[in-house]
Amino acid sequence: MSEWETVIGLEVHVQLATKSKIFSGASTLFGSSPNTQACNIDLGMPGVLPVLNEKVLKMAIKFGLSINANINSPTQFARKNYFYPDLPKGYQISQLDNPIVEGGVLEITLKDGSKKKIRITRAHLEEDAGKSLHDDFEGLSGIDLNRAGTPLLEIVSEPDLSTPEEAVAYLKKIHSIIRYLEISDGNMAEGSMRCDANVSLRKRGSKELGTRTETKNVNSFKFVEKAIQHEIRRQIKILESGERVTQETRLYDSQLDETRPMRSKEYANDYRYFPEPDLLPVVLSEDFIKSVKDLMPELSEEKEKRFVKEYKLSDYDANVLSVDPNLSNFFEEVVVRSRNPKLAANWIMGELSAFLNKENLSILETKVDSINLGNLLSRIEDSTISGKIAKEIFEEMWNSKKSPDEIIEEKGLKQVTDSSEIEKVINQVLEQNQSQLEQYKSGKVKLFGFFVGQVMKASKGKANPEQVNKLLEERLKE
Amino acid sequence: MTELHKLSIKEKLKGLKDSTFSSKELTESYLKRIKKLDSKINSFITVLEERAVKSAKEADQRYASGSALPLDGIPIAHKDIFCTEGVLTSCGSRMLSNFISPYSSTVVKNFEGSGSVVLGKTNMDEFAMGSSNETSYFGEVKNPWKKDYVPGGSSGGSAACVSAGLASGATGTDTGGSIRQPAALCGLTGIKPTYGRVSRYGMIAFASSLDQGGVLTKTAEDAAYMLKTMSGHDPKDSTSLNVEVPDFVKEINKEIKGLRVGLPKQFFSMNLPEYVERSINESLKVFEKLGVKIIDVDLPHIDLSLPIYYVIAPAECSANLSRYDGVKFGYRCEDPKNLEDLYMRTREEGFGTEVKRRILIGTYALSAGYYDAYYLKAQKCRRLVANDFKETFKSVDLILSPTAPDTSFALGAKTSDPVEMYKQDIFTIPANLAGLPGISVPCGQHQGLPLGLQLVSDNLEESKILRMAHHFQLNTDWHKSWPELD
Repeated sequence: MSEWETVIGLEVHVQLATKSKIFSGASTLFGSSPNTQACNIDLGMPGVLPVLNEKVLKMAIKFGLSINANINSPTQFARKNYFYPDLPKGYQISQLDNPIVEGGVLEITLKDGSKKKIRITRAHLEEDAGKSLHDDFEGLSGIDLNRAGTPLLEIVSEPDLSTPEEAVAYLKKIHSIIRYLEISDGNMAEGSMRCDANVSLRKRGSKELGTRTETKNVNSFKFVEKAIQHEIRRQIKILESGERVTQETRLYDSQLDETRPMRSKEYANDYRYFPEPDLLPVVLSEDFIKSVKDLMPELSEEKEKRFVKEYKLSDYDANVLSVDPNLSNFFEEVVVRSRNPKLAANWIMGELSAFLNKENLSILETKVDSINLGNLLSRIEDSTISGKIAKEIFEEMWNSKKSPDEIIEEKGLKQVTDSSEIEKVINQVLEQNQSQLEQYKSGKVKLFGFFVGQVMKASKGKANPEQVNKLLEERLKE
Repeated sequence: MTELHKLSIKEKLKGLKDSTFSSKELTESYLKRIKKLDSKINSFITVLEERAVKSAKEADQRYASGSALPLDGIPIAHKDIFCTEGVLTSCGSRMLSNFISPYSSTVVKNFEGSGSVVLGKTNMDEFAMGSSNETSYFGEVKNPWKKDYVPGGSSGGSAACVSAGLASGATGTDTGGSIRQPAALCGLTGIKPTYGRVSRYGMIAFASSLDQGGVLTKTAEDAAYMLKTMSGHDPKDSTSLNVEVPDFVKEINKEIKGLRVGLPKQFFSMNLPEYVERSINESLKVFEKLGVKIIDVDLPHIDLSLPIYYVIAPAECSANLSRYDGVKFGYRCEDPKNLEDLYMRTREEGFGTEVKRRILIGTYALSAGYYDAYYLKAQKCRRLVANDFKETFKSVDLILSPTAPDTSFALGAKTSDPVEMYKQDIFTIPANLAGLPGISVPCGQHQGLPLGLQLVSDNLEESKILRMAHHFQLNTDWHKSWPELD
């Protein structure tokens, strides 16, 4: 065990899935041509004023309730002052005192199945900045203000995380919650969820926190893990050589797999926060909060418990199937048809996942939908096909998008359950394998499995295995 | 016909309705006066001649078809702080000396909706920071009463142009006295309504929690017409009040008998010039004759107003003016070497001295380590001042004081001493801190220069101060005199 202990706190920026911006009516659609989705307000024209988009309040409250946090009322916006070309007003409207969400807890599940509680200091609302484009114009920088004013919820954790793995588990949990609550699409590649990691080291057992660095804007689970790992290695090196870690803002370069300091001059800021005079403090009545509470969906933890209780799934299966709301919906849709939850779980986590992973698809992009998978599994249930044949059919379904019944019909894969048919095949197999039959009769009973296999092979897998067993046993007793 | 500009708004509306004259004639008579006289006082930054004549013709058509709007065909001017689509909106600054606004402020739209004719955009102190209209990039404005004297500020262009008869009335903004003080110094009626009564959308921000639009006119009755038009809830301004706007024109005729007027003892123990005190005392006699009761009142924290204001207003302005960075609109320095150079030189060259002074004060007051001692303390004291008023309005209806400590002063007399300049607003700032409505009314003259008295009422009681001002004007003649400019 290393003598150093890692202390990690994360700041997660979540883009809220509103149609229009937090303080203007402009669209938040991703990917439009530069500056086509920035109105006078987003551009910070002289004289414009912000008007709060009420939808963001409900979204933030939902998140707050999901982590059992306090909802502050009144909640207050503040100006955070700094100069940057993609910040049109020269200040960002954010929150400092009385953030909308304060003091919550969320539980993460680690790989060994153990759970850990992570405290959340606060979650506050703010507007996103635009983007500076440094590569598009020779010797010049371009500014795209389409993103300016997109609503963000910044979720700040306590420094309760101790390993890069825990940090990733925490991020995945946040990712799961925001998608369950439908407050964000959580699309990390498009920047809908970004993370700043505060990392410091201290001697194991020490109570004091070491000097931390903040690594900015890491936008994938993998990069967060790598960035933190790199930062730990870097800081250990510094500390073990007897030097001190500098408190600074760093940037993770995924190509070089390293963090490096950002130009400190630009970021060594005193943000001169003060209450935003253009927006009055927002009073959130009990009734309003209750109306949001009444619309809260079942979250992953409740769902996980329900899956164990209602479907008798293992803790592991229930956890895997409940993290992603789309996956858990898919699972429950399959169960409606196949009525065998354990079978559905095995197939989704086994066959389906393998096919999805192979083509790097999400559950929403699956080529076998829940109806067809449910129908396939119900054909196993009613003994129309064997599990082995089902796998063949699944592959065919994936490639052709046909229904299982169509494929069974077309290829004549229907299981043989007619005893006389099976007996015919048994007789044929025994005739062709006289020597094995004699060995069996002289006591080598292990050969029973060989005969079953030969019968299945001769029937091209269509014979019902249970019946084969039963009839073969009777026949060999003779 | 040469005296059209001397008619009140009410008389003009009647003349237009009765076809005694057309809006085109009225508008052209004003444009003619502007052409002839404005070079003497520099009250306009932009004159919108063609646009005005076109609006006037449209107004005449509406009169002809019997579909006239409330202020149809009345020529007015807007302070150059109100964004006007397609028109230079400079805010008196080099920084916006090339800024053609892509949109119109709510105030501009409200006047458009009432049929009024916009003659042009008036000169002002840069970003509304100043009390003499000497900080404008477009040159100082001169007081029509004495052309080597200041008109007051920051709405000095609006005050000078109405005073000289170059517009029926003009819009202004008032953050610490910027409507009332120039109204007093130019012999006009100037009203700053309750904070939130008039939309701030499209009104270029100086200090957001203090800024409020209003009007400068010859009479309280004219002010009632204009204020009615410009007021009202605006969903684009979150601090705009969602309350009904009274019909100020009707309200002003109600009698004032029995109203109680408070005289803050703090305001009258300040060694005011003898002629200022005398004008106030004579005005009090007028009110007493009309059945108004005069009562001494105590506003214990009022002395803190000036220091509070000079922390809060610069703090807010330091953030509000950050957007002028040379990146998106407005002035940009030549050949910036890099981003920092772009910021530094754009702001160095684009802003004037007073604006830079306030940005620096405000930045300092908000800085880490100073925030609690300055900004936070100022906010707390601001509440004390507001509470003083609240308490006092339990026993009186209005508070009366001089508007400014003296008459106008000579151009250049106070430019080298900012604190002396700031003291111009000592009587007007408290109403901004408390968000209360205030009006300045002409109440005397000294050596050919006008004096004004100020009335402040509780929130949303503009009717009360307009009514008091109107009845005062029914019984005095100060508002009737015109400067000799021709």
